[in-house]
Amino acid sequence: MSTPTKVAARRPLSPRKRAQRIRAVQYAVLIAIVVIAIFAADWKQIGEVFFKPDLIKTTITQGLGRALLNTIVYTAGAFVFGLVVGTVLAVMRLSEIGPYRWIATAYIEFFRGLPALIVFLMFSLMPLAFPTLRIPYDPYGTVWLALGIVASAYMAETIRGGIQAVHKGQAEAARSLGMTSGQAMRKVILPQAFRTMLPPLTNELILLVKDSSLVYIIGLAATQAELTKYGRDLSVQYANMTPLVVAGAAYLIITLPLSVVVRRMEASAGKAR
Amino acid sequence: MPENLVEIKELHKSFGDNHVLRGIDFKVAQGEVVCVIGPSGSGKSTLLRCVNLLEVPSSGTVLVAGEDLTDPDGNIDAARRHIGMVFQSFNLFPHHTAISNCMLAQQTVLKRGKKDARKVAAENLDRVGLTDKHDAYPAKLSGGQQQRVAIARALSMEPNLMLFDEPTSALDPELVGEVLTVMRRLAEEGMTMLVVTHEMAFAREVADRVVFMDGGVIVEQGTPDEVIGNPQEARTKEFLRRVLDPTHVNPS
Ligand SMILES: Nc1ncnc2c1ncn2[C@@H]1O[C@H](COP(=O)(O)OP(=O)(O)O)[C@@H](O)[C@H]1O
Ligand SMILES: [Mg+2]
Repeated sequence: MSTPTKVAARRPLSPRKRAQRIRAVQYAVLIAIVVIAIFAADWKQIGEVFFKPDLIKTTITQGLGRALLNTIVYTAGAFVFGLVVGTVLAVMRLSEIGPYRWIATAYIEFFRGLPALIVFLMFSLMPLAFPTLRIPYDPYGTVWLALGIVASAYMAETIRGGIQAVHKGQAEAARSLGMTSGQAMRKVILPQAFRTMLPPLTNELILLVKDSSLVYIIGLAATQAELTKYGRDLSVQYANMTPLVVAGAAYLIITLPLSVVVRRMEASAGKAR
Repeated sequence: MPENLVEIKELHKSFGDNHVLRGIDFKVAQGEVVCVIGPSGSGKSTLLRCVNLLEVPSSGTVLVAGEDLTDPDGNIDAARRHIGMVFQSFNLFPHHTAISNCMLAQQTVLKRGKKDARKVAAENLDRVGLTDKHDAYPAKLSGGQQQRVAIARALSMEPNLMLFDEPTSALDPELVGEVLTVMRRLAEEGMTMLVVTHEMAFAREVADRVVFMDGGVIVEQGTPDEVIGNPQEARTKEFLRRVLDPTHVNPS
């Protein structure tokens, strides 16, 4: 057993040893950076501005729960709106009737190409441009509409992909049993399409949670504020970043579990394949 | 009820420039079992799919139970209710259990109540020998079991005609028998059947008539003994030699 070891030692370096050495260098660089950061940064100042304990407490107790709830309600409503309108758009894009396809394509390309901020700015100016216009459940209705319109354009493409991924034999089996094309779509194709779309749709939900921060542009009362507006207002008031840090952490409370769910679903879908 | 359940006249079908069916005339009598054989690409599936209008014929007429399915003002969905179809790739609904695969169309198309639909579905699953698999999802079933569920699903609509498109071609050899047995029993019960198959033993035993297709036309037809036992046309002979004695085929 001693001969092969000697032979290996005489060679330049085995691939395994080389890999070990490269890894050691990478760790050394990382440790050096961390050590420099620890000694170079003014930690007292940073703690004071970003993590001030009494301000953390104020932010949490003054209405963080309400802001978190508003973020969830805005996002959930927009997601449902986006899902319904997105499904309609997806089916329109697959329609045999040209004008339906064109309208859906135009809508999708328009709202996907536009910064979401522009859409929100337009909705914020609605009352000025159309003094008689009343959107029901204000401001929730306005937020759901603005956020939902943007979401539906993205979701439509995901849903269309999901529908097209369902094997063509499924529709044929449904039709051969006498189902109309609408029944086949509702009972056979969409349920399967949504199953494969669950991971990408959850990803879109995560994006939507973050996009909901843009709604402060529409102009909300204090009790209607979502996390970003809530954190920003307090940060301005106290001239300190801590409330925004707390608000950011609150977003992570929503988005991190969703990310984990997506990973799980993708892993189990990979196994099933 | 007319004597001929299926009556096809001057049927043509093209996909773009590809003229697949080139004038098919052919009838299936009530209670008759017809097996369609022929080389791959000869248009067998296309013919079968024209019978329930999964493919729209380019010209010609397809009459089923006296009703013209090619009539543009006809109700094709209503006509399809009474024509069962079994596919090579089963096409079960993966998000439904075996029994609910058999119930779905009963409920949505025939508007049967859940209880009645379940009863009919259970009877048909029992009929294909799957009494213990009612609540299994397709993914948990073998190919042979899946194909039997597919047959039960079609039977649950109480069809008067069953179409089979190579129902055993996707199966492992040891699972072919259980599906053919179910089909044979169905034939004995008097079901009208149009079967595209490469199972010559099945065609010989069960078919009342065998139809040999090649190049989009019917080349030869007759009893199994005539077509398989004593073929007249050179193309039929050549095809049967390839199918029945595959180890001695000259690859050219
Ligand atoms: N949906 C389709 N679109 C275009 N060509 C098709 C389609 N279905 C079948 N064909 C063509 O029609 C011919 C006959 O196919 P098919 O009826 O499936 O033959 P068989 O079942 O006898 O093997 C083939 O050349 C095939 O490529
Ligand atoms: Mg075929």
